[in-house]
Amino acid sequence: MSIDISQFHDVFFEESFEGLDAMESGLLNLEEGAADVEEINTIFRAAHSIKGGAGTFGFMAVSEFTHKMETLLDEMRNGQREVTPESTNVLLEAVDVLREMLTAVQQDQPTDDARIAVVCEKLVDMLGGDEAGDTVESQGETETAAEDGGEGPIGWKIDFRPHLHMLQTGNDPVRMIRELDSLGELSVTADDNNLPPFSDLEPEDSYLAWHMELRSDVAKEEIIEIFEWVDDDCDLTIEPLLGTATVAEVSAPAEDEPAAIVEADEPFVDVEELDEEADLIAEPAAEAELKAPAAKAEAKQKSASTPAAASIRVGTDKIDSLINMVGELVITQSMLSQVGENFTEEMLPQLIDGLAQLERNTREMQEGVMRIRMLPISFAFNRFPRLVHDLTSKNGKQVDLKLTGEQTELDKTVMEKIGDPLVHLVRNSLDHGLETPEVRAAAGKNETGTLNLNAYHQGGNIVIEIIDDGAGLNEEKILNKAVEKGLVAASDNLSPEKIHELIFMAGFSTADVVSDISGRGVGMDVVRKNIHSLGGSVEVSSEKGVGTKFTIRLPLTLAIMDGQSIRVAKENYILPLVSIVESLEVKGSEIKQVSGKGELYKLREDYVPVIRLYEVFGIEPQITDLEEGLLVVVEGDGQKVGLFIDDLLGQQQVVIKSLETNYRKVLGLSGATILGDGTVALILDVPGLISLYREPPSGNSVVKAVRAA
Amino acid sequence: MAKILAVDDSASMRQMVAFTLKGAGHTVTDAADGKQALDIAKTQSFDLVLTDINMPVMDGITLTKELRALPSYRFTPVLVLTTEAGGDKKSQGRAAGATGWLVKPFNPEQLLATVKKVLS
Repeated sequence: MSIDISQFHDVFFEESFEGLDAMESGLLNLEEGAADVEEINTIFRAAHSIKGGAGTFGFMAVSEFTHKMETLLDEMRNGQREVTPESTNVLLEAVDVLREMLTAVQQDQPTDDARIAVVCEKLVDMLGGDEAGDTVESQGETETAAEDGGEGPIGWKIDFRPHLHMLQTGNDPVRMIRELDSLGELSVTADDNNLPPFSDLEPEDSYLAWHMELRSDVAKEEIIEIFEWVDDDCDLTIEPLLGTATVAEVSAPAEDEPAAIVEADEPFVDVEELDEEADLIAEPAAEAELKAPAAKAEAKQKSASTPAAASIRVGTDKIDSLINMVGELVITQSMLSQVGENFTEEMLPQLIDGLAQLERNTREMQEGVMRIRMLPISFAFNRFPRLVHDLTSKNGKQVDLKLTGEQTELDKTVMEKIGDPLVHLVRNSLDHGLETPEVRAAAGKNETGTLNLNAYHQGGNIVIEIIDDGAGLNEEKILNKAVEKGLVAASDNLSPEKIHELIFMAGFSTADVVSDISGRGVGMDVVRKNIHSLGGSVEVSSEKGVGTKFTIRLPLTLAIMDGQSIRVAKENYILPLVSIVESLEVKGSEIKQVSGKGELYKLREDYVPVIRLYEVFGIEPQITDLEEGLLVVVEGDGQKVGLFIDDLLGQQQVVIKSLETNYRKVLGLSGATILGDGTVALILDVPGLISLYREPPSGNSVVKAVRAA
Repeated sequence: MAKILAVDDSASMRQMVAFTLKGAGHTVTDAADGKQALDIAKTQSFDLVLTDINMPVMDGITLTKELRALPSYRFTPVLVLTTEAGGDKKSQGRAAGATGWLVKPFNPEQLLATVKKVLS
């Protein structure tokens, strides 16, 4: 029977990556305190599992590499080796290499053999060439084995006397005897000399012994192997059965027998024909060999073109509660259909009850399904101990990283997309925020700085905070830079909050020298943009000398959002509720016409540009006078604009259907949704609308695209 | 066909072992560590226990010892899954009362052959 074990590869990769994460965080913990045996054990176990799995699933390079790590960890675990920063660093590096190897294997890509070799050498150096010793030893063993298995006698004489307790290891002597029997012609004599009188007999003990003669040309090793599991639980002697007179008599017919069988089966076959037949048998085998590589190549191609579907691990409790809800939904449904079957007016309260129940079921189901996609934020936080370790060893700062609220859950997709902005903010704090130990000491602070990553739920949002107790934002420096870049005028009298906000403006960077850690040309504006694209926001608050706090707010999911229905002429659109600042009736006196910039509306101290949505979407307008309609002030990319609409309808949760997957990306629209009455409404993308307003494309492509749709 | 309890903290190994054994017609119950396995073993009987050695919470050696202390598992075959490097693991397993071992890495065919050996 051949079993395709490649179906378990996905699980193997998944658990291996989890194992690597566990190893990494374990190694980072090791460094902090004295060697903790339980911690080393955990790391060891992860390496051990990866090695075992890799071997089983045929990834030998991975298995061999992990074996070296395992050996090193085993020595640490047994106290034969001290845990030093050097060994920890080598192991961390090895974790990286292993992760790369596994990723490469998973994606069917070539591995970076040069890098593997370098780290492999470091591991071997650390092991002090013990590995080489191992190999020599095992070679020696093989040689002896070969010697023993040389010139064979005609068989073996085996004396097998199980110890009293052998049955209690779950080993049945019958199994050994049966296996011996399968190797050749076996004669067995039971020896009951040790059998005690019946009254003393313990039924759980084994008293019998067996003297056996096996006539076969098998090597002694094969027999030893049969008794491998019990060689400590029995007395076993295996001696060659020599060709003595009596034995020879018995063995002679045995040798003749096979020949006789052949004759009987095929009385007329001569040697030549036999050869031919052998050829025939060989052919299909050769063919199969030829086919095999082709099939393999095909399989490879297939796997390269269709990337594996991303998977998610879901706790069974979540699934169970979902099944529960489906059960309730079914009950509601059957109740409603009963009401519907012979409906009379008296049943109206029942119908209303049923519909209310249906609404509750639907809401619970929706929440339940959303929860399936939810993962604890620790998945995103877990990479930071390593990042902090690596960066602080480069810049000589001392930082204590605190992670809180790691169990706060958010949508998997949001998690994947928030990773990079988070890394950027953390790097930023480590580079610009926290001071060197000397500076801190001089300022009377603890030499070790604190960086706190915190997460919690608030309403329908998740809030992530990045708090450091560093120097705080340097307002003077920021202001000078902003003036120098022409972002603000020197005469502007800005509040500290406004100055802090400047760091999010495009093209802003205070780093005097672009450092290795942050400021590779990617500014905070990109961070804000990425967060906005997730429907979130980021704010900064800072106090000089005390620290800086970045607060990120994100929706829990991207699949559903709170929307505001609006009407433009005869069309309905949805505006994301988060982007709306306020809605107001326009006072004609506050409208200013600016040449080249269109209309501006004076909103208290600000002027906001007015975007007439019917123009953007090329709809036949019903009202064109601003005073007759409404102005919805929205914010996107840090800029406010007023959208001119006919009317505000209701607020509702909408399920977002992607335009990109069903049609194509359209600037100014983030998707579409189906309304309660079955009609489709487009969801407006505020930052997109703003950039459309700033640089209207020639021929107004949105209109065309939407019309085409 | 036999009732088998398969214990391994690695999900991929557990699935592979269970799939292989089920394919051969056995009934398989699995557990992710020794403690879980022991709890299961106390409420049901099995014809064979296959256990990994290195596991969190309770390792395979301890599990074997604990099983042997249960009257209904005194003679039940217990196979430990060990790695080639674990020479001392074999003797530890044996000292704990394991029937035998299967050396990792193994393929489904080797697994079935070994299982067949102990199930008479």
